[in-house]
Amino acid sequence: MNRYPLWKYVLLAFALVIGLVYTLPNLFGQSPAVQVSSGKVVVKVDGSLVGRVQQALDAAGLKPDYVQLEGNSVRARLADTDAQLKAKDVIGKALNADPADPSYIVALNLVSRSPQWLASLHALPMNLGLDLQGGVHFLMQVDMKAALTKKAESLTGDIRTLLRDKNVRHSGISRDGNTVTVNFRDEATRGTALGLLTDSLPDVQWTPQAGANGDLSLSGALKPAEAIKVQQAALKQNITTLHNRVNELGVAEPVIQQQGLDRVVVQLPGVQDTAKAKDIIGRTATLELRMVDDSAEAAAAATGSGPVPFGTERYVERGGRPLIVKRQVILTGDNLADAQPGFDDHQQPAVHLKVDAKGTRIMRDISRDNVGKRMAILLFEKGKGEVITAPVIRGELGASFQISGSMTTQEATDTALLLRAGSLAAPMEIIEERTIGPSLGADNIAKGFHSLTYGFAAIAVFMCLYYLLFGVFSTLALAFNLLMLVAMLSMMQATLTLPGIAAIALALGMAIDANVLINERVREELRNGSSPQAAIHAGYERAFATILDSNITTLIAGVALLAFGSGPVRGFAVVHCLGIVTSMFSAVMFSRGLVNLWYGRQKKLKSVSIGQIWRPAGAAGASTSTEVQPSDAS
Amino acid sequence: MEFFRIRRDIPFMRHALVFNAISALTFVAAVFFLVTRGLHFSNEFTGGTVLEVAYTQAADLARTREVVEKMGFGEVQVQNFGTSHDVMIRLPVSKTTKAADMASNVFAELCHAESGQVADRQYTTPQGEQVSRKACEVAGAEPLKLSRTEFVGPSVGEELAWDGGKALIFVVLGIMAYLAIRFEWKFAVAAIIANLHDVVIILGFFAFFQWEFSLSVLAAVLAVLGYSVNESVVIFDRIREAFRKYRKMSTHEVIDHAITSTMSRTIITHGCTEMMVLSMLVFGGPTLHYFAIALTIGILFGIYSSVFVAAAIAMWLGVKREDLIKFSAAKEGDPNDPNSGAVV
Repeated sequence: MNRYPLWKYVLLAFALVIGLVYTLPNLFGQSPAVQVSSGKVVVKVDGSLVGRVQQALDAAGLKPDYVQLEGNSVRARLADTDAQLKAKDVIGKALNADPADPSYIVALNLVSRSPQWLASLHALPMNLGLDLQGGVHFLMQVDMKAALTKKAESLTGDIRTLLRDKNVRHSGISRDGNTVTVNFRDEATRGTALGLLTDSLPDVQWTPQAGANGDLSLSGALKPAEAIKVQQAALKQNITTLHNRVNELGVAEPVIQQQGLDRVVVQLPGVQDTAKAKDIIGRTATLELRMVDDSAEAAAAATGSGPVPFGTERYVERGGRPLIVKRQVILTGDNLADAQPGFDDHQQPAVHLKVDAKGTRIMRDISRDNVGKRMAILLFEKGKGEVITAPVIRGELGASFQISGSMTTQEATDTALLLRAGSLAAPMEIIEERTIGPSLGADNIAKGFHSLTYGFAAIAVFMCLYYLLFGVFSTLALAFNLLMLVAMLSMMQATLTLPGIAAIALALGMAIDANVLINERVREELRNGSSPQAAIHAGYERAFATILDSNITTLIAGVALLAFGSGPVRGFAVVHCLGIVTSMFSAVMFSRGLVNLWYGRQKKLKSVSIGQIWRPAGAAGASTSTEVQPSDAS
Repeated sequence: MEFFRIRRDIPFMRHALVFNAISALTFVAAVFFLVTRGLHFSNEFTGGTVLEVAYTQAADLARTREVVEKMGFGEVQVQNFGTSHDVMIRLPVSKTTKAADMASNVFAELCHAESGQVADRQYTTPQGEQVSRKACEVAGAEPLKLSRTEFVGPSVGEELAWDGGKALIFVVLGIMAYLAIRFEWKFAVAAIIANLHDVVIILGFFAFFQWEFSLSVLAAVLAVLGYSVNESVVIFDRIREAFRKYRKMSTHEVIDHAITSTMSRTIITHGCTEMMVLSMLVFGGPTLHYFAIALTIGILFGIYSSVFVAAAIAMWLGVKREDLIKFSAAKEGDPNDPNSGAVV
């Protein structure tokens, strides 16, 4: 009766192997590496960079463990810190022609030392949280009100232009918060205006109202669905901008995520200088639109054979060609409302741009006078500018226009991204900030690890002494539990924090409950006079229902913490819940498997090694004081 | 080895009144302390800035406090943290200074007090990681280092407090619902009263000793709630089994039997969990200190409340055999059948 079918043993063996494989990467420690990421918004990191880095390292005689593209940076793992420093120099020289204005940032970093074959199985070590690694954590709140106010202002300008163009007279446009009010003198004009505005500005909800002193007015506000869209777009754009900023810091694994409706979490492990990080994250780049100078002197200056003409400046296009651009700024990024990649009339990749009312007027004037000439769009960062694109003006431009011609879809997407990176859609404020020093991080890991080890050892010693062989099985089940837990956390790439380690310790402490229940039951059955095989069977059967009930209640607590917790509490909750699941599996199935393997085959089992079965002096089996004899155990 | 040589059922329920009286008294005491002293919330709930600085010499708290108080942030707390070299400084939310700058300002002032200058330092760790940080330097040495800073805005703090409250309510309702389904509503009520009493006792201890109540402590409290309900579940399970097996025993005796037979398991399990928690208390360092204390109190009081109080309350609520064992009506038998009701 205590036999497990073969498939159950296979399942257990399989689980054991998976557990080992996925836990292994965590034991390997870390090894020095060099990370190359983009230093400028216009520079992209892709597969071709891998080749260049490899070449540079080969030329210097350095043998990296591997060079590969990971996310949006290229990483090369090296054997030791000397090789690492040398590699940094070599790669820096090879990729950055001008050290003062680097196109690529080469940073020193640590990567896991686990072998490649494990990584190819997707067996990666757990992420360490900030309190175990050291680093910086920011929680930034996007000022959504400002985003909506900005939109309302641009709406005001648009309405003014629209009504003037269509010759609809009004007696004043004002903005109050996020509502725009247009006053009219009579009902007929208001009716015409209403029709006109509803047609051309479908995003706005218009309500006729009676004004303050007998005036008739229309009050408009963004439709709620539109308002949400504006906020979401603002948040997404800010996140993109943050990504680009953080890349510059050369951080190993930055975390930039949306949290809730209007917050962004930025975590930078390894960075200790909060001031620098804050400065870089808070900075905005500026976008400028200027005309290209195509006079003869300019052409000479571009080729390098003449000086730069008065009133112009020299910039470099993407691709490295120099461009002479007039100094006068036509439009700035503030006037650019949106930039999206798309297709033009000939199904060629293009970028669609929208400018606000002021921008429309300016574009119209400029483009009317300069058909056939080139217009340059420049991105300024850290005081240095770079030309994103310099298209030819084909006709009179208005509120929306497009840039197309000789670009791939990828280039169109990139250009649109760069145009949007010109400014943050809405201001952000830091509402939570944490910095943890690296030595504290390593200290925390050691502490967590020690408490786990000693606690486990204490429990193991006690169980083995008290329950003898069954105690050994219970300890093995507990070890299996730990293995499964760590493997699952590694598979999920969960982030381990100090409360997470505490949760592992707690989970193990609670997991032993199931085994104690089983062992006590078996002892009780033996005390009541059952045969050993029957006792084992009954012990496991009876205990299972209790184990299930008690674990479900603990699971409810874990789920509550998961749902309502944030930050380190969430890390605790994830481990807690997983720990309950693995403990059920290991305590019931694994320990039973071991017991069955050991005792199951012996048909005439005389005794089991479960410690002392104490029977009170007198009738064997009588353990209660009442008169009723307990019914048969099975 | 058998620690629990119990010859007969210990008549616990005879003393049910005493147990419940004791637990009621401790409950009242805990509530009293909670109301009068209040919990000492960490800055995660109240908002504010926390700095941890490590001095190379033993820290002079009085001087540090003087320096910080002169900066005029309001009520500040300066205390040792872990060792005599580490100092934790707590600053409230300030209306004038931007909270994000407060930490660096305080560090700069403390550095000046040690007659040093704050400068940027770039260095490479032994593993080759490039790190840059602000360091306070006096002639090449560093009299104090900034280990950790944390700043929580007031709105975030409030939200965390709300979320914590919601989590607690969710756990209570969830457990009650589950127990009502698995056993019966009387058991659900009894278990929850006993275990909430646990939670209030832990909070009472924290209020009395003014220990820091942080998010991790809240997590520990919720974990304890889930864990101590285990105890009650094990006992209720036994009660149900005993109701089935021993038809002639009264409720009172059944409960005694259930508690006695699970006594060994209760003590051993709690002992094992406590060993793990003690190891955390001893080796876990100051961060996990209060977390481990909350767990310890929860585990110890948990034995008491879940074993004695829960069962006693269930008994007082009038739990009977019929609550747990549903007799089906069909067993009444067909009146026309001459053999109905016969039992072999």
